[in-house]
Amino acid sequence: MKTINYGMILGLALVFVALGSPGAFSQDGGVQSLRGTPQISEPGPSPEIKKQATNQRFGRAYRQQPPLIPHKIEKYQINLKVNQCMRCHDWPYSVEEGAPKISETHYIDRSGVALDKVAKTRWFCTQCHVPQVYTRPLVPNRFKSAFETK
Amino acid sequence: MNDQAPDENKGKLIQRVWGIIRKPSARYALGTLLTVGFVAGVVFWGSFNWSLELTNNEEFCITCHEMKDNVYQEYKQTIHYSNRSGVRATCPDCHVPKTWVHKIARKIQASNELYHHFLGTIDTREKYEAKRLKLAKNEWRRMKETDSRECRNCHNFDYMDFTVQEKRSRKRHAVAIEKGSTCIDCHKGIAHELPKGAFEAEKEISAK
Repeated sequence: MKTINYGMILGLALVFVALGSPGAFSQDGGVQSLRGTPQISEPGPSPEIKKQATNQRFGRAYRQQPPLIPHKIEKYQINLKVNQCMRCHDWPYSVEEGAPKISETHYIDRSGVALDKVAKTRWFCTQCHVPQVYTRPLVPNRFKSAFETK
Repeated sequence: MNDQAPDENKGKLIQRVWGIIRKPSARYALGTLLTVGFVAGVVFWGSFNWSLELTNNEEFCITCHEMKDNVYQEYKQTIHYSNRSGVRATCPDCHVPKTWVHKIARKIQASNELYHHFLGTIDTREKYEAKRLKLAKNEWRRMKETDSRECRNCHNFDYMDFTVQEKRSRKRHAVAIEKGSTCIDCHKGIAHELPKGAFEAEKEISAK
């Protein structure tokens, strides 16, 4: 008998706990939303930051594609006064720093004159070159590189 | 006759004061003199350093050191102003040494800028831009001479976890340690815009 009594007490205790839990009734006695209690005033999690893939260089998708940048670039200044990309990728810095040199075409201005420094028409690197990232495409697509379609 | 009288009085006054200083005190006990002197010394030294520290904050700096509309605005966009961990390096953290002797020397040097503040040497953006290379070179040279002492108040090769650095940084830092390079050798223009001709100036400074 004693064991049954203990079982009943335990059962009743469980029922009370279940009834008393905040899930069953809303705190202030109002109707509870089917969505639960949404915390709309709190900011949601920020979207994941796209990390640059710095461990390898990406291949080109087509012959004329400007090469992608395999490192972070957000702190490098490109303005009227200075272009920090050129601190490593312009000749002769490219030799000193062991960085890929910018294309020879970038030393030719629009009238075909060969220059010592990068042509002003090529000054803003990020117009064509962008940092490479491993990321989901913004829109689902069936893009294939020129080499894959052949 | 009347003109000479104040001079004579003045001479007498100096003599009298000097006499008081030189004469051993007969009225006060040596203990009292020492105690009062010690307390006065503590108060004087404390208030001197306290007021020195008052001049060592950003709001105070930008009132005279001509940068409120120039480099200060640029600095506000950089990682030393706002970052994920909420640590901020303000003007004096990088531009004023922490140790006392160096701090005083730097403060006296920088008072030259006050003179130029009142002259209005660089009080417009255009004037500032014209001088930017010279000013930047001064600062780069200073940091190179002191082995980037102010950077190293926070940044230390020994505390760096190279495994969480980007591949490029890891390689470069290893080389820098070997060569004994200093922070400013590579990290220029991190808190302010680079001047025109920065790379040439860099070569010129590292050649010395």
